[in-house]
Amino acid sequence: MTDTEYTNIEDTGLGKKAGGPVEWLDDRLGLAGMAKKNLRKVFPEHWSFMLGEVALWSFVVLLLTGVFLTFWFQPSMNETVYNGPYNPLHGLTMSQAYASTLDISFSVRGGLLIRQIHHWAAMLFVAAMMLHMLRVFFTGAYRKPREINWLIGVGLLSMGLVEGFAGYSLPDDLLSGTGLRFVDGLLRSIPLVGSYLESFMFGGEYPGDVIIPRLYMAHILLVPALLLGLIGAHMLLLVYHKHTQWPGPGRTEKNVVGYPMLPVYAAKAGGFFFVVFGFTALMGAILQVNPIWAYGPYNPSEVTAGSQPDWYMGFSEGAIRLMPNWESTIFGFTWSWNIFIPGVGAMGLLFTALGAWPFIESWITGDKREHHLLERPRNAPVRTALGVAGMTAFAVLWIGGGNDIIATKFHLNIYTITKTLRIGLFVFPVIAFMVTKRICVGLQRQDANSILHGYETGVIERTPSGAFSERHAPLPAEIQYTITTHDRLPMLEAPAEADKNGVAAPHSRAAKLRARARKFYYHGAVDKPTVEDVHHAEEHLGEIAGHPVELGDDFQGVSETGVPRVH
Amino acid sequence: MSTKDNGVAITEPVKDPGLPEHLPRPTDVDPAQARRSERQISAMFGIATVLLLAFCVAYFAIDRSETFLGFSASNFTLGATLGGALLLMGVGIIQWAKKLMGDHEIIEMRHAVASSDEDRAAVLEDLNTGINESGFGRRPMIRNSLLGAMGFLALPAVVMLRDLGPLPHDEDKTVWKKGMRVVNDVSGTPIKPSDLEVGSLVNAEPAIMYETDADGQPVLEGTALLQAKSKAAVIMVRMRPEDITPSKGRENWGIDGILCYSKICTHVGCPISLYEQQTHHVLCPCHQSTFDLADNGKVIFGPAHRPLPQLPLAVDSEGYIVAVSDFPEIVAPSYPRLAHDQKKLDEKS
Repeated sequence: MTDTEYTNIEDTGLGKKAGGPVEWLDDRLGLAGMAKKNLRKVFPEHWSFMLGEVALWSFVVLLLTGVFLTFWFQPSMNETVYNGPYNPLHGLTMSQAYASTLDISFSVRGGLLIRQIHHWAAMLFVAAMMLHMLRVFFTGAYRKPREINWLIGVGLLSMGLVEGFAGYSLPDDLLSGTGLRFVDGLLRSIPLVGSYLESFMFGGEYPGDVIIPRLYMAHILLVPALLLGLIGAHMLLLVYHKHTQWPGPGRTEKNVVGYPMLPVYAAKAGGFFFVVFGFTALMGAILQVNPIWAYGPYNPSEVTAGSQPDWYMGFSEGAIRLMPNWESTIFGFTWSWNIFIPGVGAMGLLFTALGAWPFIESWITGDKREHHLLERPRNAPVRTALGVAGMTAFAVLWIGGGNDIIATKFHLNIYTITKTLRIGLFVFPVIAFMVTKRICVGLQRQDANSILHGYETGVIERTPSGAFSERHAPLPAEIQYTITTHDRLPMLEAPAEADKNGVAAPHSRAAKLRARARKFYYHGAVDKPTVEDVHHAEEHLGEIAGHPVELGDDFQGVSETGVPRVH
Repeated sequence: MSTKDNGVAITEPVKDPGLPEHLPRPTDVDPAQARRSERQISAMFGIATVLLLAFCVAYFAIDRSETFLGFSASNFTLGATLGGALLLMGVGIIQWAKKLMGDHEIIEMRHAVASSDEDRAAVLEDLNTGINESGFGRRPMIRNSLLGAMGFLALPAVVMLRDLGPLPHDEDKTVWKKGMRVVNDVSGTPIKPSDLEVGSLVNAEPAIMYETDADGQPVLEGTALLQAKSKAAVIMVRMRPEDITPSKGRENWGIDGILCYSKICTHVGCPISLYEQQTHHVLCPCHQSTFDLADNGKVIFGPAHRPLPQLPLAVDSEGYIVAVSDFPEIVAPSYPRLAHDQKKLDEKS
């Protein structure tokens, strides 16, 4: 580690040998110009920034294991009679897709492992994307100038769902066929053109003989190419904008504080790839996933009880299960609201709401500034509460998707669960909104209090007259600074409806709507203390006269059991 | 902390104390600790190498049929060695970064994301020069005809998709016909009324699915068989005749309490299968639509809208159960032309 031992790279044996080729490359590519900007690029650190990395690395694991699987998988619905090593299925007629998946699982050494790593990594990929998006949402990291990167992220999530579902359908086992049967029903429910979509997609009447080769093309070419392109754009924008950072001493809107790309960040991020790959490999070793041999080949007249999609489609499945059985005949056409609304509508609503939110928020707040410091969730109570309400609705639908499993495991009536969730879908998010907002406002109050009154030291003092009181002391300056960096609340004014000559203000309807939205958005939020408040508080806390003992600079309070505390 | 900084009023209640002082790690100040970390990290990489070699040995040495604690021994060993090696490499690299690489945080200043005004002005100028030289604005006929041609470029792209599949056809038919036997879907054997006891349910298919032609080839196979099955599969139940409340015109569709319904859910087409004999309810395992078989297949819960189509039954000269006709109602999930096709069916009967 000491500088004296270190020889510059250009003076080492390897460096001298590599000098020529590197110069040859730089003459043609101008690498140094790019490397100069990026080799020591700073990345701030926080555990929550790791979630996006998990998504990225699990995608790489998917590419690697997916290529391996394509060597053996045969995307064909032509029928074959099974005579491989798995005895219970001997002599059965099945599609080549299913037979080749059995071969990967039983005949190719390591094939089952790669298949299971691929499946686990897919579930992890979507989970990490969702958690990453929640992190970005709750910290306001999507605000200007990052709205476009947020939209790319929304695109990545939607493509990820499509990619996962296509992969789930490929083995042509009983479970994946049941999933396709649902897709068929969903396509047919699309008003007016449903039958055409079904016929074109399945190449005729369900199930046809082309859907698996077509989904295979989408799964290994079309959607991965889109994902790769979007991931590339996502990363480029991340580098261009520079990562957001949490507020703290020395960390401002104007700078970015952290470790350089080379060596620390490259090592940590690169090492993390091995951790993600290793973790999914261990899952593939000990946790069985999608045992297709237990389901049997697809047969449209069979189904297993407890059929479930992969977890990330659970919310969509739940929406379908909770929907009342509305269907109507209008102008001689059948309109299947019972499938179309939850199937197409729920997904459409989710992604539309996600895509629109940054623009809705900036319209409400009128905030056009750049933001590079993250916002603590408590300091945007309505945003946080809306996010939790959305998560609650998602959770209700997700639970709805497993209502049969819950009914059998907990011996509950399935109709009662379904009816409760139907109501809950509208009631629980409202409750979640109110509770979350209360918690945020409470935490904001606590922050303000700890600035104005200091923290409770745990030291009990007795006055000469016999009264007991707890001693308060000011928080360390770093903490005080960190919890007061957020924006002050704006002044809320009613928009002028008419100027002084009585002429109605233009766009006053939109302005009124916006004023109402602003009121809703900022209502109840607690502002941080003013300079004067803090000044008074300092004077108050600084009065050491009357305190029997000096606490000293290192003192940071004691716990109930008298153990010294450290902030 | 003061309210005045250099005589200028500041609005932030607490002043930025600046980056905290860098604290050295134990490995920075104690060479013994640093050497210890170095040994630990190298050991991780060493063990990873051993595990990777073990992976190769296991690949060739372990038979695919062997099991270990109920796992496939091959899968477990390959996964554990590969996963272990990767994890150790990853943890080792991260540990290296945390313990031994420089840990001084550095500060980089951000630059405005937007381009400078000069850049914007220069781009505008170039753009205008380009547009001007092209005559894009001055020659609207060229411009508009090109835009028109570009628009029509979408047509071949859309038209070419036409052969993705045939046009949808009327869906008022299944393979059921008058006099076709109802056969057991496992054995393909025809069924007599006496084979069914009260309370029982049989999964059945039309006999054509098991028939062979003159050359001994199945009449239906491959895709055609799957397509036929996805519409013609049925369930046959027997209940006490007095429990059944047939709607008008359906009084003679059963045989002594034996009724036959489509197995294909009218919601999205899953095969329904969970039968509760006490209540005569049948539940679809996909989305829990529940149908009352004693009451003409009426929907009593869940997202399905239409009742389960019922197949009218009779007994042929040999005493086996046969269909009287095809389903008088549309089978399979709803689609836009359903109402139209159903009307046609109603007119036929």
